[in-house]
Amino acid sequence: MSTTLSAGFTNPVADAQRCFRAVLEAMSRPGTVLRVGAEQPPPCLSPAAAAVLLSLVDHETPLWLDPAAEAAWDWIAFHCGAPRTGSASAAHFAVTMTWLDLAGWNPGTHETPETSTTVIAEVASLAAGCRYRLSGPGLRVPKIMAVDGLPADFVASWRRNHTLYPLGVDLILCAGDMMTALPRSVAIEEA
Amino acid sequence: MPETSASPDPQRRRWMAVLARADGAAIAERLAQWGEPPGFTRLRGPESGLVMVRGRTGGNGAAFNLGEITVTRCSVRVPSGQIGHDFVGHAYVTGRDERQAELAALVDALLQDPDRRDSVRSAVIDPLAQAQQQARELVAAKAAATKVQFFSMRTMRT
Repeated sequence: MSTTLSAGFTNPVADAQRCFRAVLEAMSRPGTVLRVGAEQPPPCLSPAAAAVLLSLVDHETPLWLDPAAEAAWDWIAFHCGAPRTGSASAAHFAVTMTWLDLAGWNPGTHETPETSTTVIAEVASLAAGCRYRLSGPGLRVPKIMAVDGLPADFVASWRRNHTLYPLGVDLILCAGDMMTALPRSVAIEEA
Repeated sequence: MPETSASPDPQRRRWMAVLARADGAAIAERLAQWGEPPGFTRLRGPESGLVMVRGRTGGNGAAFNLGEITVTRCSVRVPSGQIGHDFVGHAYVTGRDERQAELAALVDALLQDPDRRDSVRSAVIDPLAQAQQQARELVAAKAAATKVQFFSMRTMRT
């Protein structure tokens, strides 16, 4: 095999635990922006998305990978060992480079709502851009979040996802080495 | 676990079989005779874990779990002359010899490089394979020396 495969976490156990804790924190307090990152991410992917994949994805979680991130597949297959799925509705995790509507993913079932797809989306920035007001569990007062890279109809798309609760898709947004999460329980409106 | 296909390269299977049976010190000794190993990057490990060994009664019964064995694995990347065409070597060896896993992965990567293959094979793989063959023959010879010939049965058969 001739390739430019790079290494995963430097300290696999400690780094994966730290990143898992960060994802947990971002899911519990939606919109909290945290710094996570793999030191040597594959081509196409941001350090944050690479770190989230290393922490959460393994051989039991079918992954949908954006064709635009094809060059990252060797790295994901080697480090995560995840089976790749071409079907959006069968994916446990999905990596998207450009925004895709939330309706296509698996929202889970009433017996097993935890089997829904978790979408790891690459965005341009988590510090500037369009402002959104988040409210719901984990937020004592509404929180303002700025994201550059979400489409104009994101709020409407999210509202449809939010009304499916307890079903629905969870979202992890990554930009560079910054990451935040939007669980299905959070309500979003433009601010 | 999904079924995995065997490596399509029979030569690679042969050299990995030799490396899997050689201990770390023996590989290091042979590699030192080949020359200065190039700098390499560890992609994963060396790390130890447990692997469930499965078996089938008579080779065709239902699969059952025989037990767990310790396996150490390592993957390394060795630069080649061309940028963007590095060689990645992988090794899974039984036991906890991390040095063996790392060196086996390194030798695997070197053997994939067409420029180094022949020299590495004659300096590392062939002597190790020969030593392993001699050890097998020694055991076989010792066992053969204790074989009991039943005179009466022999005469009846011939």
